[in-house]
Amino acid sequence: MVELKDLRRISDHEWEIPTSVRADMRVPVRVFASLALLEAIGGDSSLEQAVNAATLPGVIGRVVVMPDVHQGYGFPIGGVAATELPHGVISPGAIGYDINCGVRLLASNVRFADVEGSIGDLASALDAACPSGVGTGGRLRLDERELERVCREGGEWARRRGWGNESDVARTEESGVLEGADFAKISHRARDRGRTQVGTLGAGNHFIEVEVVDEVSDAEAARAMGLAEGFLTVLIHCGSRGFGHQVCTDYVKSFQSAVERYRIRLPDRELVCAPLDSPEGQDYQAAMRCAANFAFANRQVLAHDARAAFAEALRGRTREPHLHQVYDIAHNMGKTEEHVFDGVRRRVCVHRKGATRAFGPGFEDLPPEYRAIGQPVLVPGSMGTASWVLVGTEGSMERSLGSCCHGAGRTMSRSRAKRTIHGGTLRQELEARGIRVRAGSLPGLAEEAPAAYKDVDAVVDAVEAAGIARKVARLRPVAVVKG
Amino acid sequence: MDARQGHRELEHTADWALEVWAPDMAALLAEAARGMYGLMGVVLAGGRRQQRQLELAAADRESLLVEFLAELLYLAESEGLAFDALELEAADGRLQGSLEGAPIESHTKDIKAVTYHRLKVRDTECGLLTRIVFDV
Repeated sequence: MVELKDLRRISDHEWEIPTSVRADMRVPVRVFASLALLEAIGGDSSLEQAVNAATLPGVIGRVVVMPDVHQGYGFPIGGVAATELPHGVISPGAIGYDINCGVRLLASNVRFADVEGSIGDLASALDAACPSGVGTGGRLRLDERELERVCREGGEWARRRGWGNESDVARTEESGVLEGADFAKISHRARDRGRTQVGTLGAGNHFIEVEVVDEVSDAEAARAMGLAEGFLTVLIHCGSRGFGHQVCTDYVKSFQSAVERYRIRLPDRELVCAPLDSPEGQDYQAAMRCAANFAFANRQVLAHDARAAFAEALRGRTREPHLHQVYDIAHNMGKTEEHVFDGVRRRVCVHRKGATRAFGPGFEDLPPEYRAIGQPVLVPGSMGTASWVLVGTEGSMERSLGSCCHGAGRTMSRSRAKRTIHGGTLRQELEARGIRVRAGSLPGLAEEAPAAYKDVDAVVDAVEAAGIARKVARLRPVAVVKG
Repeated sequence: MDARQGHRELEHTADWALEVWAPDMAALLAEAARGMYGLMGVVLAGGRRQQRQLELAAADRESLLVEFLAELLYLAESEGLAFDALELEAADGRLQGSLEGAPIESHTKDIKAVTYHRLKVRDTECGLLTRIVFDV
């Protein structure tokens, strides 16, 4: 059991678990959090799971833990680990079942004050246009060939069909497509599950929110992103649906024997892994990239449908309402990137699970308009609380593997939330605060109650104080749509 | 609650966890299925019953448990079916079974996956005990 006394203070917002804490650690763990958040983290198994991640063969530098961390399965949610190419490992469980779960932010030319009376209609229109909820399929039925194109082309697949524009694709992490996807590595089960799920939100903590920009901290960056105080935005949070879940399930299963074959000893079977250059590791990467591209396409179709609903709901109430894309970012992903370790640039596979990429200024991967300010980082808060737009910094490149936090982070179990919070009462409270709610399931709403999460403002304060991101704008929700 | 066979929900910050106990492996698998459907809030439709035959082989008891539940999740999502009458035989990492059930009329929660997180099927004085974490 890792305890708070095992941590060494680097600064008020940076802490280290040294390799001396457990004999099987290959690298230290670096935790970015205030003391108050650290004490909250210490209440669950997050830090022990981070220490487990530090035992992965080929792990390099440090395992990074974000202030929104909470315990997951195998690898903590809010954890980042880099493994060195070519012989380091890749672990499906360190990326998660919802491959490329992520967030897309669209900003509008519509002032909240001009349409305040229409927000309920807008929420209903988004709810009707974007399929959500348990077991819900979408309007698309893809045959084998079309599903393969989705997996190969990602967001570009949707754009070519008229469900998006070039700016959407350019303003998506990796331009909405991971190279190296191979549909042959996808099981028939995953294909079955994926056919009807492009353009669907799903359930759980996935949502669409309408938010108002209510505070701008960095005017230059906000201008580059088209964010202005008092204007509406739309935030979409979802992933690769059952398709991605099945891909991860398939490879966690097949990797159970791979760890025997490669004589890899692990503290938790959910961390099963295989060398990046092994046939098993190569197959998983090719399949995982398919699922990542599926998720990019999914959010692109949802964005298209949200745009149509936005324009329709507000037509006649304001002049030519439209939504432009600010950015789309993954927070469950394994990516090949270059990072500097002890002054040497190395190619690594960065596992981010409940953590986003947060590249600083100057990276050519970023759209030209963002190169000077750094990559947008989207941090949705818990339902009904603020969300944040940040940018990556030089500090994130130096100290957090080019990564940042992904949300508020849970503190209360789902079962306790269901027991102590009544969905109907919560909906009334949110509505009383001016937040329109369209929810398919009241118990599901209760599980995602703000009281079940940390304070997102404290999380964002911690990453900014640690120097791994900088605040750009705060968004206040006025409508929530969830399954 | 039956002392020899049953299940209960455990606290887990982000996901769902179940403790399941039963006298033998076949009963443990059936009880875990009941627990998982319970977490999902599955309600079966009336009318025509459906049958499926199942055969699985796995390296160990834990893998058999994960693969069995993953199979049920797949059938729930791809065919919209759940099963309330399970006749299972499990021995030496192999499972044979007849599943009888019906289309799912409604359910309240999706489960993304069955995980191996700290998964262990333990022998107890009364039979077997395990704790399963689900990604939701």
